[in-house]
Formats: sequence, structure tokens, C-alpha cells
Amino acid sequence: MKAAVIVFPGSNCDRDCKVAIERSTGAAVALVWHQETALPAGVDLVVLPGGFAYGDYLRCGAMAALSPIMADVKAQAGRGVATVGICNGFQVLCEAGLLPGALLRNDHLKYNCKQVELEVANSQTRFTAGYKDQRQAVMTVGNGEGNFFADEATLDRLEGEGQVVFRYVANPNGSARDIAGIVNPQGNVLGLMPHPDRAFEPELGSADGAILFQSALASA
Amino acid sequence: MSASPAKSMAETATEYGLNAEEYGRIVARLNREPNHLELGVFSVMWSEHCSYKSSKKQLGKFPTTGPRVICGPGENAGVIDIGPDDNGVGQACVFKMESHNHPSFIEPYQGAATGVGGIMRDVFTMGARPIALLNALRFGDPGHPKTKRLVAGVVSGIGGYGNCVGVPTVAGETNFHRGYDGNILVNAMCVGLADADKIFYSAAPSAGLPVVYFGSKTGRDGIHGATMASAEFDEASDEKRPTVQVGDPFAEKLLIEATLELMASGAVAAIQDMGAAGLTSSSVEMAGKGGVGIELDLDQVPQREEGMSAYEMMLSESQERMLAILKPGREADGERIFAKWGLDAATIGKTTDTGHLVLRHKGEIVADVPLAPLFDDAPLYDRPWIAPTLQPRLTPADVAEPKDYGAAVLTLMSAPDMASKRWLWEQYDRHVMADTLEDSATGADAGIVRVHGTRKALAMTSDVTPRYVQADPYEGGKQAVAEAWRNLIAVGAEPIAITDNLNFGNPERPEIMGQIVRAIDGMAEACRALDFPVVSGNVSLYNETNGAAIPPTPAVGGVGLIADYARHADFSSLKPGDHLVLIGETQGWLGASMYLRECLGREEGAPPPVDLAVERRNGELVRGLIGSGQVETVHDLSDGGLIAAAAEMALASGVGVQLTAPDDIAAHAWLFGEDQARYLVATRAAGALLAVAEAAGVPARVVGEAGGDAIAAPGLFSLPLETLREAHEGWLPGFMGS
Repeated sequence: MKAAVIVFPGSNCDRDCKVAIERSTGAAVALVWHQETALPAGVDLVVLPGGFAYGDYLRCGAMAALSPIMADVKAQAGRGVATVGICNGFQVLCEAGLLPGALLRNDHLKYNCKQVELEVANSQTRFTAGYKDQRQAVMTVGNGEGNFFADEATLDRLEGEGQVVFRYVANPNGSARDIAGIVNPQGNVLGLMPHPDRAFEPELGSADGAILFQSALASA
Repeated sequence: MSASPAKSMAETATEYGLNAEEYGRIVARLNREPNHLELGVFSVMWSEHCSYKSSKKQLGKFPTTGPRVICGPGENAGVIDIGPDDNGVGQACVFKMESHNHPSFIEPYQGAATGVGGIMRDVFTMGARPIALLNALRFGDPGHPKTKRLVAGVVSGIGGYGNCVGVPTVAGETNFHRGYDGNILVNAMCVGLADADKIFYSAAPSAGLPVVYFGSKTGRDGIHGATMASAEFDEASDEKRPTVQVGDPFAEKLLIEATLELMASGAVAAIQDMGAAGLTSSSVEMAGKGGVGIELDLDQVPQREEGMSAYEMMLSESQERMLAILKPGREADGERIFAKWGLDAATIGKTTDTGHLVLRHKGEIVADVPLAPLFDDAPLYDRPWIAPTLQPRLTPADVAEPKDYGAAVLTLMSAPDMASKRWLWEQYDRHVMADTLEDSATGADAGIVRVHGTRKALAMTSDVTPRYVQADPYEGGKQAVAEAWRNLIAVGAEPIAITDNLNFGNPERPEIMGQIVRAIDGMAEACRALDFPVVSGNVSLYNETNGAAIPPTPAVGGVGLIADYARHADFSSLKPGDHLVLIGETQGWLGASMYLRECLGREEGAPPPVDLAVERRNGELVRGLIGSGQVETVHDLSDGGLIAAAAEMALASGVGVQLTAPDDIAAHAWLFGEDQARYLVATRAAGALLAVAEAAGVPARVVGEAGGDAIAAPGLFSLPLETLREAHEGWLPGFMGS
């Protein structure tokens, strides 16, 4: 099992993701600098971490989506490699066109850091299979732009195709249809605003995030 | 910013905050009049902010050494030994608190943001990765027209900076009082982690070494910020907005990574961030501490704007900049690392053996002054002071009982100082770095973060009770230190050391100087009695507007070590059926209490005295109980006394509490009294706990039991927990209007 975490200038959850994956799964995790042009050979999981890539200047994730490494991230995702974007990483995936929709400013206009209860809306994906009959998961959010938006037709399609993976039990930011995380139609690219990388051990308040990493690498 | 030709240099000196005697001293040291640039350099180095000229004598009273102290005051931050990691490598904790009061009042978002940025730089400049942030905030009366805007701006500034850099903000304190209407206090603390043998210092080791600038470019912002921070405010203070710096947390994040990488490469001989007084203080301090000279070619300084003068470059407080002295032949390491992180960088000079600061601009020498007077010959003042007027001691009979205890409890728990601060700390990322065990949300007396990759954890807290210091600076000073110590004890930590942030009014007024002198006397005594030395700190004076000073506010930032984080306590683990045991003696001290102020509108009376021997004895008992696993639910008693501790414990745990009033003390004194050195502890085995306490000679008694969904004291009041929660959680969102 091999995983890679991309490091953009301004990423600040790169180490958190590396440690969370290592402790949850035992996988070897490489940190890959954004100016690299190729992911390590044979990588089973690619993670775009949280943070403020390029300071979130211009638009969250917009400049990171154009980083040199993103060409290979897209290519590997196209070949079916499991790819997860967490928080800022979700914003990058949307900006890169790997996932539909966009993350807008929270409806209350403030940064919001709190524990959230999530409904596992689809436990048939490669990222959520490990949740099995567990219908709820606890993680934390920490963002100013976590308000998921897409047009009605896209939202209908996401729901109809089972692409909505996580929903908020109590919507913290105005996200459309309480959406907290989605996958692409092929089911190998996941974006979510809550942080599984901050919920991988009970002493952190929840270990529910570990299941996500374990699921993603179980199929590897 | 250039002096008008019509003005004499002596007049300009007055404008720059130097008095006639100080100007005379400069002329005597130079044997000539300084030129305008030299005067600017002297004025910032001799400002109160940089020279501590009014407080240095008093600061000498603090104990600053101890078995765990690696580096005390005088460097960018204090350093303490926190034992080895799992591989036997010695680890150190680096921490400091610093104020950004004046800038935050003038421009709250940028003032607070750059305060956070500055304190982080102090920590990583010493080789430590920042791992936690705290803040101590004091705002004016909620009814004051500026307060709401200042709260909104400061909070979003703190969050905007810390969240982006990716360091969790885990704890803090927030007060409101009309005494801060014209001068808010924004004190930020940063805690970092380093290998004990890889601490970096600022003293230049020898002559002939390259001086390298890296980070953001230099612009015209913040010129004379240190001078502003050393003056009182008046109606025209809003005009000082251009002296406030603008922060870029993205640049800071890159700067942290580049700095730590440069240090790891082995290229760094000495390093200093450019904080207050920017390029001036960083170059003067590095050369001055090293006993060498320094020569800078200002044409090499990366500049954001065209046509900057030497004066502007030397006085700029542009943010996110570092100055390093590299080892011989190591410039290539710097170039590689700065290029990777996309930072501006340039070799702007060298160390010399002249003992002078020499500045060149456009091929000419524009300043040449000896370093010694700049660096350590600032005037020191032993300012006259008068002993503070003390308040009489109040007995319970001097303080009215509430007509309705339930209403009084709701009033108390929804008072601005007591109400939940959720509205603000939910705007701070408290979880990044994935090592946060306790934070503002979880219900604990201190923030706790794991020492990454080990079983150890660091506990941290910020404390002072300004109304106590106002009523009696000496006892209040003692109490500030004791409360920080107590909060660390209450989570099961070994208290190690403190940083302090001494916020006062104008020291040239003898009554203010009296507050400073006596508060420091009290703090120093508590530090000695509790083996809790001061390792770093900051002094913020002249917090006055139109002659009205702030309440004296010496904030104390305490750090403690938890050997195994599985053995720590919080106050959110109360379970139905638990007995509540009150440890420590209750006399029912209501002078200067929260009850007196919030329920009766009286700000008077002597504050509760702190018996430091009792403090230590009671605390050691509690820490022993936590360490041995006998208790895991603990809350110290402070503002609001027993009822506040019980209410906070009940709310954090989601379990009701029934308190049983004893008959040997007035009920209101028992519920609301603020006697010191006390803890509320939950246990299943009250008998065993009382026996342990008795054996240690510590007063302890069962005061209640957990269960149900109300907080009650039969015969006095009963409140549904949800009613209490609404009152406690509702005030701040209601005030902020969201």
C-alpha cells in the first residue's frame, strides 16, 4: 500500500494527512511537492490536503489547480487511482474539474471550526465501504468557504447517482442539500470538507476518519 | 516622514518620542548631532517598546532560572526543557506572549493579525515549530459604540492569520470592561516545539559573516510603530492608522517552512526576525549581542515600493521578514531554500569588527553610529511611584444576598465576562496539526496539545483577573500567577514556567508606576513560591486615552508538561452519580467578586488573598490525584466561585448537579465567594478521596452530586440545565448580532 500527499505552498494539513494515513492503515506515505511532475510509481491513494494553498488568493484552490503536479494527479485519477481532497483539497478538486460544483463562502460569512455529525449517505463507495452499517460519523470542520454549491440539475444528478457520500446532520454553512462530501461518477475521486485527518484516534474526539483511509486502501 | 527643514533635530526628536534629556544623551554619545536617519534609529531603539526603559529595573525582580529553564528572558522567546522523546532526543518548548494593543485599537483586523504573526516569528526564530496559539483579549464596555466593531475585527484578524498559517488556537480569555473603552488589549501567545540542542540565538558570532535578508519585501508600512506603541492615545489617534502594519499569513507560512529548513541545513550562525523597529532592531540586536559591528547596503534590501529612503527602510515594520547571519560559504544553501519557497532574499551586508552600525545607500554612508549606546545604553528610569490605595475587606454581611438565587445565577453566567465565548473561538482553527486534546470547546482549564509522536503533552493557559489587580496590585499580581499555575494543575500538568504580558497605563504617573511595582512584587513572590519562573515576556505601557488608564492587566501565560496524556483531567467528564468534592478552604470571600460586580453593580472591596503555601499544598494534592488516575474530572474555582465552576462542569458534561449548602456559612458567600486555591473534583469514591485529602492536611468536603437535568441547590434555586445553557451561550451571539 502506497499513498501520496501533495504539498502546495500554503498547505497546512499535509503532515496531518500523512500521519493519519500511516496510523490508520500502516501504509507508506510520500509527501509530494507541487512542482514535481509525476506521482510516485504504483501509488494507491492520492490526497490533496487542507490548508490555504497559495494563500487562497484569487479563489480557494484556483492557483493550486494549475500546479505542475496536477497534470499527473488528473492522469492517475483518470486511470482509477483513489484520490481524496479534504477541505482546501476539495476546493482544488473542484477548481481542477475533477469534481462538479464549487465551495462558496459560508452563509454566515465566518470561518467555522466545530465538530460535526455526518450521515454516511453512501456506504457503497471505495472510501466508505468500511463504515458498513455505521450510518453516522463524527469529524470536525474548519473552513471559511465550505458552502457546497452546484446547479439544481447537478445536485439532482449527484443525488440520483449516489455521488453524495456524506451529509451534515446539522448544516453548518448553507451547503446545498446538506452535502459535506461527493464522489465523481466513477467513484474514485472523493472531495469532502470535514477532516478525517483530524479524527483518526479516539483522543482527538473521534476515530471515524480512520475508516475512510482504511476503506480507500483496502481495495489496493 | 522626513523632517521639515525648518525644524531643528531636537524638535524632531520630541516628535519621535524622545525627551530633551534623552536627545542630549544621544548628542553626548555621538559627540555631534545625529542626522535624521540616525535620530530615527535611536528613537525606536530607545522607545519604551524596545528598551524597556521604565520597567527593566522592576523586571529584575522575577525569578528566571530553574532546573527546566534552558533560556530565560532576553532572547526572542523563553525555552524550557520538556524531557526526551521516545528516541531519547531532548525536547524543548519555546514560548512567549506579546501585546499588539495600540495597533489593534486603531485597525483591529490587521493589528490583531500581525500580533499573531509577530509572536509566531519570535518562536520559530529560535528554531521551534509553532504548535499552539493562545490569546488574552480585553475590550471596552459592550455598550461602548466601538466595542462590537473591535471584537469583530480582532477575532477575524486572529483567526484569519492563525488559521491560514496552520497553527491551532487552543485557549484564551476575553474580558469586557469600560476601563478598556479607549485602549483594548490584544495579547497573543505562541508555543513551539524544538530539539533541545537545536535552539537558535540572535548574537552574531564573529565579524566577516554575510547578513542575509529573506521574506517579504520592505514597504512603507508600520514606520514608527514601536514609537506609537510607546505613547498615549488622544482624539487624533485614528490618524495613526498608517503606522499599523499589514499582515500576509501565506507569506508567514512560507517563512516558517523556509526558516526551519534553513536551520536544518546547518547554514545559520545567528538569526533574528524583523519585528518592532524592523531592520533597525534586528541588525542592532544581532551585532550588539555579539559584540561586533554591522554594515548594511540598503540598496540591496528587497523593496516593495520605488524611491524608498534609507530612513523608511530602516524604520519600516513590514511583516514576515527575517535577518540571518550565515556561516561562511553557506549562501548557496540559502539561495536554494529561498527559491524553493518563493521568498525574496538578498545578502544585504556583513558583520564587522568596528562596533559600529554603518548604513550605505546609493553609494554613500548615510549613518555611522556606535552600537553600544544604541543597544544597551538606552536611559533606564527608576520612576517614582506611590503605594496603591487599598480597598477595605468586605465580610459576607457587607454584601447583600440575592432576592432570587436562580435569577442571580443566570445573571452571573450570562455576564459578558462569564458567558460562553463560542462565537469567537469557533472562528479559530483549534484542530490543525491533529494533536489537540483539549481546547476552548472541550471543557478544560487549559488547552492541551500532544508533543507530536510522543505520549507527552503540553498544557497552556492565559490568566489574570484585572479587577483584583485594580483593587490590590500586589495580591492581584500574586493571583494572576497562582491562577495560571492552578489551571495547569487542574488538567494534571506539572507547571513549568510562565511568560508575562504586562499591560499598564503611563509609567510617568506615580500611581500607575505604583501599580506596576506592586503587581510585579506580587507576581515575583508567587513565581518563587510555586517554582514557576518567568522565561519571557513583554511590557505594554502607555495604555491610556486622554489621561484615563486601563485597569492594570499583567497577563500570565503558563505552560506545563503532562508525562502521559492519558492521565489528564478536564471538566466535561462528569457522570450521573458522581460526588462533587470541594478541595480547599471556603471562607466566602466576596470582595472584588464577580457576584458583587455583576449582580450588585459594586466594584469594591479587597480581592481574595492568595496563601501561596496553601496554594501549593492543595495543588500538589490535586495533581497527585489526577496522576494516579483517582480523578479525571476537575475544575478550578475562580470568577463566580463554586456556582460558576459547578455550572460550567454541568454544561460541559451535559449532566445536572445538586449542591447541598452547608449551615456554617452564609449561602451567598458559599455559592459566589472567590476564595483561592480551590478545586471542584468529581469522584465515585468520596470517602477515599476525603481520606487522602485529610492525610495531606487539605480541607475537603462533599458539596453535591451529579445527576438529572437541572442545576440546583435545594432551598435556594433550581434551574433547568437548558435554561442555564441558553443564558450562558446566548449573550455573545446576541451582542454580535449573529
